[in-house]
Amino acid sequence: MTVKIPTPSAPPSPHEAVKEASMLKQKEMIARNYELLTGTAENGRKVVSTFVPGNLNELVMCFDMLNNLPEINAIQNGMKKLSGGYIEEAEKRGHSEDVCTYVKADLGMMAKGNLAPNGKPLPRPDLLLLSYTGCFTFMKWFELLREQYKCPTVMLHVPYQGDGHATQNMRDYIVKQLKDEVIPALERASGVKFDIDRLREYLRESARAEDDLVRVLESAKRKPSPIDAYFGGVFYIGPIFTAFRGTPDATEYYRLLRAEVDERVRRGLGPVTPEGDMKSQRYRLVVEGPPNWTSFREFWKMFYDEGAVVVASSYTKVGGLYDRGFRHDPDHPLESLADYCLGVYTNHNLPQRVALLEQYMREYEADGLLINSIKSCNSFSAGQLMIMREIEKRTGKPGAFIETDLVDPRYFSAANVKNRLESYFQMIDQKRQTATAA
Amino acid sequence: MIDTNKTTAAIVARCQELFDDLEFGSAREWKEAGPNRRVVAYMPIYVPRELIHAAGMLPLGILGGGENLEVIHGDAYYQSYICRIPRSTLELGVTGRLDFVDGFLFPSICDVIRNLSGIWKLLFPKVYVRYFDVPQNFDDEIGGRYYVQELTELREGLERLGGVRVTDEALRASTALYNENRRLIRELYAVRAEAPWLAPTSEVYLLLRAGMVLPVEEHSQLLRDYLAAVRAAPRPRRDNCRVVLNGVFCEQPPLNLIKAIEMSGCYVVDDDFTLVNRWLLDDVPLAGDPLRNLASAFLHRSAETSAKYQPDEAKKGKFLVDSVRSNGAEGVIFAAPSFCDPALLDRPMLESALDRVDVPHIGFKYAENSAQMQPVREQAGTFADSIKLWSAP
Repeated sequence: MTVKIPTPSAPPSPHEAVKEASMLKQKEMIARNYELLTGTAENGRKVVSTFVPGNLNELVMCFDMLNNLPEINAIQNGMKKLSGGYIEEAEKRGHSEDVCTYVKADLGMMAKGNLAPNGKPLPRPDLLLLSYTGCFTFMKWFELLREQYKCPTVMLHVPYQGDGHATQNMRDYIVKQLKDEVIPALERASGVKFDIDRLREYLRESARAEDDLVRVLESAKRKPSPIDAYFGGVFYIGPIFTAFRGTPDATEYYRLLRAEVDERVRRGLGPVTPEGDMKSQRYRLVVEGPPNWTSFREFWKMFYDEGAVVVASSYTKVGGLYDRGFRHDPDHPLESLADYCLGVYTNHNLPQRVALLEQYMREYEADGLLINSIKSCNSFSAGQLMIMREIEKRTGKPGAFIETDLVDPRYFSAANVKNRLESYFQMIDQKRQTATAA
Repeated sequence: MIDTNKTTAAIVARCQELFDDLEFGSAREWKEAGPNRRVVAYMPIYVPRELIHAAGMLPLGILGGGENLEVIHGDAYYQSYICRIPRSTLELGVTGRLDFVDGFLFPSICDVIRNLSGIWKLLFPKVYVRYFDVPQNFDDEIGGRYYVQELTELREGLERLGGVRVTDEALRASTALYNENRRLIRELYAVRAEAPWLAPTSEVYLLLRAGMVLPVEEHSQLLRDYLAAVRAAPRPRRDNCRVVLNGVFCEQPPLNLIKAIEMSGCYVVDDDFTLVNRWLLDDVPLAGDPLRNLASAFLHRSAETSAKYQPDEAKKGKFLVDSVRSNGAEGVIFAAPSFCDPALLDRPMLESALDRVDVPHIGFKYAENSAQMQPVREQAGTFADSIKLWSAP
C-alpha cells in the first residue's frame, strides 16, 4: 500500500512525501514511544538514557524501562530544523564550536526546555547507561549529561577491535561488566529483578526482525535496486537500532517492510523516494559516513534527480553488521550482547572498514564509493581519505568526497555538495566510456 | 670545578637539540649500537614503557611533528577539521623519518589516534602496530582483569617482535628504573611549584621531551643533573602570578607558546604535558606479579585526564582543583589543540569545578604549528594582571 501524506513539520514544499505502510507503522511506533517517554509522570515508567551503537534495548526492556536515545532526539531536531538554534545555545554556554554537534544539540535542547518532538518535555532519566562503543565522544557526552541530570550513571566500556577482531578477553570484560555493574544498576533504578529468560525471549524476537532486515538490505544487489540503502536505509534501520529491537512491533515492521520490498522486486520497481518511485538508476553507489539531517530531503533529491541509488552504506551498520551474519542469540544472552556491542561498525578498525566497503563495492556491483565526511564526527571521519584511496586502489572504481555535518545547518552547503556530486557522476560516466572503448 | 656539561644551560641545550631533531638521531644511534635492537614508538598519553624496556627495546615517544615540520603528505590524509597531530605524525612516517621504528603503540586517547592506528597498519604493514586499549572500568576484578590480559597480549607481541622472552625479573628491573624516573620528575615538579623562577616551564618541558627519546637510564641522569644545577644557580624571582596549564596532553603546543605564557607574567606551577612521564602517581610495587602491579597502579593511582572516565560525578574536576590548591596556583589556563575532542568536551566541566571554588580561568586553542603568539601573550598577560589586581586579599 502506498499513500500520500503531508510531511509533518517540513518546510513548505510543493511535494508531498510518499509513504508506504511500513513507514506509517514506524511513524506510529516512534510517536507512541515519545508519548510514553513524555508521559512517565502518569504512566510511572522509569527511563534509561543510552546511545544507539551497541545499545542494550533487550536488556533495558527486562526492567520495564523506557529507552531514550539522545542521538535520535538530535536527529529529530535536525530534521525539524531545530538543531541549529540548540547548537548555538550550547556554544553560548561555553561548548566549543569544534566538537560533536549531536552533543551540543542535545545540551542546547535541554537548556531550552528539553522538549520531545511531540512538544512535551522529556523526563529526567532514572539512569544514564553509558554504552561506550565505537565513539570517544560518548564518554564525555554522558559526563556532561550527568552534570545536568545528577542521576545515577553506569558505564559499559566496550573495547575497540584494534587488531581487527574481538578477543575472548574483550567478551569476558563486557559480560563481567553486564553482570556485576550494568544489571545491578538497572535493578536498582527500576526496582525490577533481572530475569534471564525474559532476556532470551526478547533476543529471540530480535533475531526474527534481524533476518528480515538483512533480506531487505541485500535486495539492493538486484538491478534495479528496489531500495536506497542510505537515504531509505536510515528509515529501515530505525526500529532495530533504537527502542524497538526485541519487540513484536519491530518484528511486524520488518515483516511489512520485507513484503513491500519483495513486491517491488516482483514488479521491477526502484526505491520509494519522497517524490514517488525512482525511475532510472544510472549510478549505483556505496556510501560511507552518516547523512546530513538538517537538509536530508534536499540532500537525497540531489541523488535521485541524477538517477543515483545507494546500494550499500556503512552508516546503516552503526547498530550492527547483521548482513555479515551477526544475530542476537537467546542461547547465549549476555555473550550475545557483548558480541553485538563489539561488532558495531564504528568499533571496527580501519582495515576492517576498508575490507567491508570493498566487499560491498564488489557484491553490490557499485560504480563508486562516495564518502560523506561529517565535520563533527571523528569516529567516522578521521581516516576516511585513506579509506577512499584504498577502495580506489583495490577496486579501480572512482571515489568522491563531500563534507557536511550531522545536525549543524551551518555546515551544509547545498551548492558545493551538488557541484561535487555532479562532477562525480560525470567522472563515473567517463570511466565507463573509457572502459567501453578499451 | 664546574662541569660545563652539567650546567642548566648545557642541559637545556642538549634537550633542545633532541627536541629539534625530527630525524630522531639519538634513537637511531641507540638502535645501531647493537645487533637486533628494536625501537617501539608510542603516542600520548600512556603506555607501560616498562614492558618495552624489559623486552630490551627503546620506547620512543612520538608527539607529532611540532612547529618546525612542514606537513605536505600528511594533509592529504586528513580533512581540515581534524587536529594536526595525526597529520604531522603521518608526515614523519611517510617521509621515512620513522623508518627505523619496529613497533608503534596507539593508546586509547580519542577516535583520531584510534583510527590512526588503522592507517598505520595499512601504510606500514611490516611494523608491529597495536591499539592499546586501557580499561575505563576501575574495579580490579573487572577492568583490572581485562587490563592484565591486555598487558599479557602486549608482552607476547613484544616477545614475538624481538624474539626474546620478557621475564618477570626483567620487568621488575625495568619497573624499578621507571619508578626512579617518575620520582625524579615528581621532584622536578615539586621544585618548580616551590620556586618556579628556578625551573622555568620552557626548560622543564624540554626535559620532559628528552624523556620521550632517551633511554630511561640516561633521562634519569639528565634529571638529576638538572635538579642539581638549578639548586646551585639562583635565578631572579619575578612578580608573576602562578597558574596551572591544562589541556596540553596530546598535540603539543609550540615551545614559543609556553615561553609566551611565561613572558606574559605567569609561572606555570603544574601542567599536563607528556603525561606518560608521570601517569602513575606512586612507585609501582616490585614484589609480586609485575603485570598485576602495573594494572593496579593504573586503576587506582594514575593521573586524571580528559581521556579517562571519572565514575564519580562529585570528583569531576577535583584533580584540577586539588592541583591549584596544592601548588599554590592562582588561576588556570586552558590551552587545547583545535578540534581536540577530549580537551574541548571536558573543558566546560572543568571550568564548572573551578567556578564552584572561585578559581579564575581563561582558555584558548592552538595547533602545534601556531606561529602568532601575540594574542596568547595579550590574553595570558591580561589574565595575570587581573589576578594580581583583583585576586589579592
